[in-house]
Order: sequence, then structure tokens, then C-alpha cells
Amino acid sequence: MADTTADTPLEKADTAGPAAPAVVWRSRGTARRSTHTLRLRVSAVLVAVTALAVLLVPPLVQLDQQTVDLASKLLPPSWSHPFGTDDVGRDLLLRCVYGLRVSLLVGVVAALTATVIGTAVGAAAGALGGWVDRLVMRLVDTVSSVPHLLLGIFIVAMFRPGVWPVVVSVAATHWLSTARIVRAEVLSLRSRPYIDAAVSGGASRRRVVLRHLLPGVLPQAGLAAVLMIPHAMWHESALSFLGLGLPTHTASLGTLIQGARGTLLAGQWWPTLFPGLFLIIPTLAIAGLAGVWRERINPRRRSELTL
Amino acid sequence: MGHLVARRALLAVPVLLVVTFGAFALAAASPFDPVKAYAGTAALGADQETLDRLRENLGVDRSFAAQWWEWLTSAVTGDLGQSSVLRQPVADAIGERIVWSTLLCAVAFAVAVLLGTLLGVLAARRPGSLLDRAVTSLAYSLEAAPVFWIALLAVWLFALQLDVLPAGGLTDTGSEHVTAGQVAHHLILPAGVLAVSQLPWFTLYVRQGVGDALAEDPVRGARARGLGERTVLLGHALRSGLLPVLTLIGSRVPELITGALLVETVFSWPGIAAATVEAATAVDFPLLAALTTLATAAVLAGNLLADLLYGLTDPRVKLSEM
Repeated sequence: MADTTADTPLEKADTAGPAAPAVVWRSRGTARRSTHTLRLRVSAVLVAVTALAVLLVPPLVQLDQQTVDLASKLLPPSWSHPFGTDDVGRDLLLRCVYGLRVSLLVGVVAALTATVIGTAVGAAAGALGGWVDRLVMRLVDTVSSVPHLLLGIFIVAMFRPGVWPVVVSVAATHWLSTARIVRAEVLSLRSRPYIDAAVSGGASRRRVVLRHLLPGVLPQAGLAAVLMIPHAMWHESALSFLGLGLPTHTASLGTLIQGARGTLLAGQWWPTLFPGLFLIIPTLAIAGLAGVWRERINPRRRSELTL
Repeated sequence: MGHLVARRALLAVPVLLVVTFGAFALAAASPFDPVKAYAGTAALGADQETLDRLRENLGVDRSFAAQWWEWLTSAVTGDLGQSSVLRQPVADAIGERIVWSTLLCAVAFAVAVLLGTLLGVLAARRPGSLLDRAVTSLAYSLEAAPVFWIALLAVWLFALQLDVLPAGGLTDTGSEHVTAGQVAHHLILPAGVLAVSQLPWFTLYVRQGVGDALAEDPVRGARARGLGERTVLLGHALRSGLLPVLTLIGSRVPELITGALLVETVFSWPGIAAATVEAATAVDFPLLAALTTLATAAVLAGNLLADLLYGLTDPRVKLSEM
């Protein structure tokens, strides 16, 4: 049966479903390798810049995000305001940094939560086997037959408003793929000789799972977590854009784009364009880094994500 | 084949049961009170007795499992309840709107498949070439770009700056009748944006599939026989490279629904996806529950389609064994 539930478009292209066994293009040697290094460097620099910006700018530049300066509203991009200003005169570059901070925070927390849930469920299903495994995987299949964004919308509609419903909504829709990956990994590790050795050495089931199986699946789970961050950010912005996510006074990238709809119809493009770019750049950078990580832990799957 | 369809239909029943049950359980766990929502500000001055009677009339005084069962039994007869936000029966609302959603998704999907195949073949023809890199980077960037953002920028460019296409809706404002020409004109932007959001996946998979096929023996054999490059590319590499992509088309339903939720909202397209967002905003539970169930059924049908296509196009797969 075709696996039908890979979630992120990026993730889907990356993890190479049945239709896309990674092909190794007849490589042109050093030329290819140098683009790989270049990609790694560009991604690393972008991730570092993003991290520094969201960590350092808000404490250093404490401009009040509630301040209104109508004299300088909706100024197009210029040297003093590189991204222009919004409809109440706030600097958009600064607002995008604040928004990215919120979106990234929600994305990281949700991705971590989803990874912990997914790893626990997947490891339990894989290690226990039998009817537990069948029941849990059937549940995973059932939940994943509801489209992610729709399930997310349903959850926030019932529990909004607030930040936590959004985090829960993103986490509740994202643990499924991790559970599948971890279970498959545990199943393949189970038959290895060192597990047999541990079992015949008298190790308890608990000890085998915690000391021998889990460390083996952590690289895969970590990779899944990193790849999940951009998708979780996307999810949060989509919910916020629909007016169902974070409260409108919280500057996240989604609420910024949502708030810019009115000014866009009046012809001002910059309040819409820049928050979107702030969403794309970290996504591509994280995907680039994750691609290198995947090559490290699984050298056979190369050459995907050749940007 | 009939056997497979029947088996899958049977398997879909428990899935739909669990999904609807979960929806009712979530609603029961939420702090949202349907009586207060129904009565609005009038609930503030009302005494407890009136509120209790209202609760009983709305049928929300019982446990969520009992409510679920009642909803389920009436849903089987076609009665899905009353939508408070659209002010009409849920079944009527879905019947009116599903046509427009299907039209939008079908057009967008067809455009994405055709354009994706074209770009994928062009990219796979010379791996590592400038064209390949351009197409691949474009595909990854488009995948990273949120579809609602693309939709807004498209509105800005085509509706506001160039003024060639309408910014939203199904017909021109003030128009009394829905004519095919107007619908087609209003369809271009939303369908185009939805197609663009589905495009990267097709492009990357076709590129991969055709790229793989180009390195295989049948292609080498065809080249050795002296066939033209076009025949080799389209007749041999594309044919075998496209096969796995075609079989996965059914599994794209969730992504299509996700895209439609956002695109229909931006363009005020009167489809069921936009209605879902309206229902969620207004906490219109009957409508939201029905549309969630419908979307889940669509996903299951898509999965079945994927498996059927897989069996039909690849003679090595026996459907009876799936």
C-alpha cells in the first residue's frame, strides 16, 4: 500500500517515499561537492543569523510594540525603515523579528512536544509488539486520515483563544510521522545481535528499551524534530492567518500577514511581503541543514535537496 | 478489484466512527458552551431554569456519547443538523458548496499535474544543468512559501496592479446570475494559486522518476537502437518514470484540502473549505463536524484511488493481495 501520510511537503520530498528512491546523479565530482558545502554554509549562516536576531534584537532594541506613530504610517521601504512601516507607523523589520521570535518559539515548543509524544508512542508500539502495536498503529492511521490543518483548525476552534491551544493543536497533528519513523527504527533494531545479547545477558525489558533501543532511534527522531520545526511554524502561521491562532495583538508571522490584508487591498505590498519572506528563509535554511544531517546518518540517501 | 473496494469501504467505517466520536469528545472537553453561544447576550439576564430548558431543547444536556450516537443515527438518514453561521441545514449547505470546491480543486490539480510533469521532465533531461538547478530551487522555495502568502501577493499583482483578474468571489459584484464565463474568469486566480502550491511535489517526483528511468536499461537499449532523444525521453523514460507519480496522486488529497482551506478563504470562494473556516471561527459545531467527516472520507477515498491506480498501472501488483 502506498504510504499516504507524509506531512510536510518538504519532509515528503526529503524522506523519499516509495516513488522517490534517492537517485545519485552521476556526480560531477568536486563541482557537486562544493555546492554541497556552499549549501551547508549558507544554511548554517542563515540559521545562525536567525537565532541571533530573535535572541538579541528584542532585548537590545526595546521599542514598544504597542506604540503608535501615525505620522509615519505605511511608509514604503527606505534606509531608515528597510521593510517600511505598518498601518500604525511601527517599523516592519523590527516587527518581523518579533514575529519570527514568537513563531519560532511556538514552532520549537510544538515540535519538541510532538517528538516526545511520537517517540514514546512509536517506541512503545515497536518494543511491545502484539496487540498494543496493532492498536496504536491503527490509531495513528485513523488520526492521520484527518487532514492536518483541518484537525488543527478543529482543535483551536474548540479551545481558543490563546497560545497553548495553538501549541497543542500543532503538537497533536505532528507526532504521527515521528511515531511511524521511531516504530520502524525500533523494529529494525530489535533483530540486531546486540539486542539478543542484552536479552540473553538477563537485561530487563525496560533496560533494553531505555539503554539499547532508544539511543539507536534518537538520531532519526532528532532529524524528524528538526524538520518538523518549519512545518510547525507554517502550521501556526496558517492558523493565525485564518484568525484562529494566536491573538491578533501578538506579533507572529501569521498574525502580521493577517493584519496586512487590509493594507494590501489598499495597494501597500510591503506589510505582506516581508513576514512571508521571514517564514521562507528559516524554512529553507533548516531544510538545508537537515539535509546534511540526513546524509551523515544515512549516507545512502544522498543528493536529495540539491538547492 | 471490487473485492478491494468493498474491503476498504468496510475498513473506512470504523475510522469514520472513531473520528466523529473524537470530534464529539473534543467538543465536550472544550470550555465552549453551546447554550451561551446560542443565546448570546440574552443568556446574561436569563435565570437558571430558562437556561436549563434551552440546554434540553438544544440536546446538549446529555453525555457527549449520547449526543454522538444521536447525531450519527440522524446523519445516516441525511439529516446533519442545522448550521447556525450559514442559517441553513448542514446537508443543504454542503450540497450547494461542494460543486465549487470540486471545480476549484479539479482544475488546480490538473494544471499542477500537467505543469509539474513538463517542468520535471525538463529538469531531469540534463541533471545538474542550469535549468535543473533553477527548477529544483524554485520548487523548494515554492514549497517553503505559505500558500496564503502567495495568494495575497497574487491578488496584489493581478487584481490591484495589473487589474486583469477579479480579487475574489464567484461572480462580479451586482451580478444576478452565475454564468460560466464569469465563473471561469473568477476561477483563474484561486485555481492558479492552488496549482502553484501543489506544483513542487509533482515537479520533484517527476524529476526523480524520469531521472531514475533515464539511467535504466530500457532507456539504454532504446538509445542503442538509435531512437531519437525525444522518443527516448517521452516514450520510454517518461512512461516508466511517471508511473509511480500517477499512483500517488490519490494520496495528495490531504494537501489539496489544506491548500483549499487557505485559498478559498483568501479569495472568498464559496466552497466547503471556506465554510469550514467560517464554521470554526463561529464555533458552529454541526457544520464543522460534518465537514471534518467529509474531509476524512475524501482522504480515505483518495488512498483507495492510489492503491487502485497502483494495481492497474503495475501488472506485478495483485490487487487481491492488498
